[in-house]
Amino acid sequence: MTELADATRTTEPAPAGARVGLEGLVRTYGATRALDGFSLAIEPGEFVALLGPSGCGKTTALRVLAGFEQLDSGRVTVDGRDVGKISAQHRDMGMVFQSYSLFPNMNALNNVAFGLRMRHQHAAQRRQKAGELLELVGLSDQAQKYPHQMSGGQQQRVALARALAIEPRVLLLDEPLSALDAKVRAELRDQIRQLQQRLAITTVFVTHDQEEALSMADRVCVMSAGRAEQTATPATLYSRPTTPFVAEFVGVSSRVPVEPVNDTVTLFGESCRVRPSDAGVPTGEVDALLRPEDVTVTLDATAKPFVTHKSFLGAITRVIVQVDGVAVRADVRSDVAADIELGARVRLAVVSRDVLVARRAPARPAPTD
Amino acid sequence: MTSATSDDPSSVSGPGATAPAAGGADVAVRRRRRSLGRALAPVAAMAPFSIYSFLGLGVPILAVIYYAFQSEQGKPTLSNLALVTHGSYLLGFENSIVLALITSIVPGILGLILAYAIATSRSTLLKRLVATASGVLANFGGINLTFMFIATLGSTGILTAWLSAIHLNPWNFGFNLYSFYGVVLVYLYFQVPLMVLVITPALGGLRPSWREAAENMGASSWRYWRYVGIPVLMPSVLGGMLLLFGSGFAAYATAETLTAGTVTLAPIQIGSLLAGNQLAGQENVGYAVGLGMFVVLALTMILYGLVRRRASKWLR
Repeated sequence: MTELADATRTTEPAPAGARVGLEGLVRTYGATRALDGFSLAIEPGEFVALLGPSGCGKTTALRVLAGFEQLDSGRVTVDGRDVGKISAQHRDMGMVFQSYSLFPNMNALNNVAFGLRMRHQHAAQRRQKAGELLELVGLSDQAQKYPHQMSGGQQQRVALARALAIEPRVLLLDEPLSALDAKVRAELRDQIRQLQQRLAITTVFVTHDQEEALSMADRVCVMSAGRAEQTATPATLYSRPTTPFVAEFVGVSSRVPVEPVNDTVTLFGESCRVRPSDAGVPTGEVDALLRPEDVTVTLDATAKPFVTHKSFLGAITRVIVQVDGVAVRADVRSDVAADIELGARVRLAVVSRDVLVARRAPARPAPTD
Repeated sequence: MTSATSDDPSSVSGPGATAPAAGGADVAVRRRRRSLGRALAPVAAMAPFSIYSFLGLGVPILAVIYYAFQSEQGKPTLSNLALVTHGSYLLGFENSIVLALITSIVPGILGLILAYAIATSRSTLLKRLVATASGVLANFGGINLTFMFIATLGSTGILTAWLSAIHLNPWNFGFNLYSFYGVVLVYLYFQVPLMVLVITPALGGLRPSWREAAENMGASSWRYWRYVGIPVLMPSVLGGMLLLFGSGFAAYATAETLTAGTVTLAPIQIGSLLAGNQLAGQENVGYAVGLGMFVVLALTMILYGLVRRRASKWLR
C-alpha cells in the first residue's frame, strides 16, 4: 500500500474529474429501445455504477458516453459542454473493457504508453510515465511481458494503467471484473476504488454484479429497460428502494400478499405503513416486499408458520419460513438459528416502520436460498 | 471376522492375499496397453497419408536431387547445375521469381483489402457469397481459365470487341494477353480469391475492441492500422503471401496454355524438357531446373521464417 501511495504521488494529476450529464438519452436498434430517455447527472470525482440485468442498456449508455454509439436523441455533456459531436478519439475519456483489449503486439509498457504516443509525447517521457503507472498497479516487473504472457488480472490492471495514462477526465469501466476469478476480482475491486479516490477521476462503472456496485460506488444507478429506475447511495438503494424492480433486483426480497387499507397493510398480524414509491401505491392485488433482515423469527409452538430451509451464511443464517403457502426469508443470527430446527413452528414480525408494496407477481417456485 | 480381515489389507493373508495384487497388476497392464494404444492411434491415423506423401513428394525430391547431379552416362557431375545457372534457364528462374513476387504482393494486398471489406460488411449473405466464390475461383486455373481470358480479353475477345466499339481497344494501347503481364493478369484471377480465403480467418481475429481502445486513446483510423491492425495481421499476411508466391512460382498449365512457351518460365521449361525437347547430352537438365525450383522455394521459406519471426515476436 505504501508503494501504491508513493507511486500515486508521483503520477497524480490535479483532481480533474469532470461533471457529466446524460440527458434523455434514446438509442434504438431496430425495434429495440436500448436507451429509453435515460438521464443521469454525475458530479466531478464521483464514482457511479450503472447496475442492471443484461439488456437493460447500461453498456449502451457507457458506449454513448465514450462516443462509440450515436444517439437518436438526448444530450451528453461534460462540464456543461455538449460532446455529442466530438468523436471518441477526442473525448479524453479512458476506457477499460470487459475483455481487457490490450494490444497483443505490444508489451505491457507499450500498451500503457500507447495513448501518450498518440498525444505525441517524447519517447523517454512516455516510457517513464508508463513505468510509473505500471508501478501504480503493481506490475512494474511485468513491463516487458506481452498480454498472452500475463494472467487475466494482470492484463486488466495493465488495461487500467493504460486508461489512466492519458489522464482522462472521465474513466469508463465496462464490466472490467466479470472475466476474472473471485479472488482476483475482489483484489482488483479494491485497487480500482483506491485509485479512483486518490486520483479523483469521475468514474462510470458498468456491472451486473450488485455486490460490486454496492461496495465500490458512491452512487448506484439501477437501470431497467433503458431507463434509470433509481439512483442513490448504496445504503439508500438497499434500505429505501423506491421501485419494486430495485427492491427485487438489489438484495433479496420476499413477496407477501397484503391488502392495503388507507396506506397501511397488515403483515403477520401487525399494521405497517406503506412506503411511498416512485410508482405510487398500486391498486388491486399487491404484495409487500420484505428484506430478510427486516423479518424476525421467534420460536412459538402454537404458531402456524414453520421453517422449511436454513442456509448458513457465516454470522447469520438465512431461514425460509412457510406462511400460508408463501415462502418468507428471514436473517437470523447464527447462534440463535442453531436452536431453530427444520419444521419448527415460528412467529414472524416485521422490524421496519414501513414496507414497499408492488403489484402482485405471478406465482414463482419457492426460494431455497 | 472374515469381513473384518478383508477390510484391512495389511492383515490379509492366505490364498486370497494375492488376488488384489494380481488385480492391480492386471489394471497396470491394461493401463499400459491403453496408453500405448492412445500413443499409437495418431501415428496409425497419419501413416497412410505420410506414406502417400513420401511416395508422391519425398521420392520425387530425392530423385530430382540424385539425377540433377548425374550425367546421362550415370556419372556424378555439376554440369547440369552449371547449365541452369546461365542463359535461358537463368532467365526462366528470373521470370518465374518476378512473376511469383508480383502475383503474391499485388493479389496479397488486393485480397487483404477485399477480405477486410467483406469481414466488416454487415451482410451475411455477401460474406457467404464471397467465401463460396473465393473457394471456387481460388481453384479455377489452367486451361479453362486461359480459355475464359482468351474469349474475353484475347485479340478477338468479347470484352476487347466491346472496348473497340468505344475506341478503347486495350491491344491498341500496348496490352498483350499472351505476354508476361498477360500471365500476371490471369494469375490475379485465382491468386486474389486465394488470399481472401487465407486471410479472412485472421481478419476475424481482429477484435473490434482493439480499435475502440485505440480510438479511445486518441488514435486515428490510420494510426490504429499502423500500430495495431497491420502488425497484428502481419504474420498471417506474410503466410498468405508465401502461399501465393509458391502458387505463382510453380503454376504451369495456365502460363503454358496462354503463352505456348513464349514467356520463359522455369515450370514451362521443365514441361518442355519432360516432353522430350532436350539436347543430346543434357537429358538430366530438367532435374537440375527442378532442383533450382526447390532451392528457390526453400530460400523463400527461410526468408519468410526470418521475417515472420520478427513480425510475430509478440506471439512467442
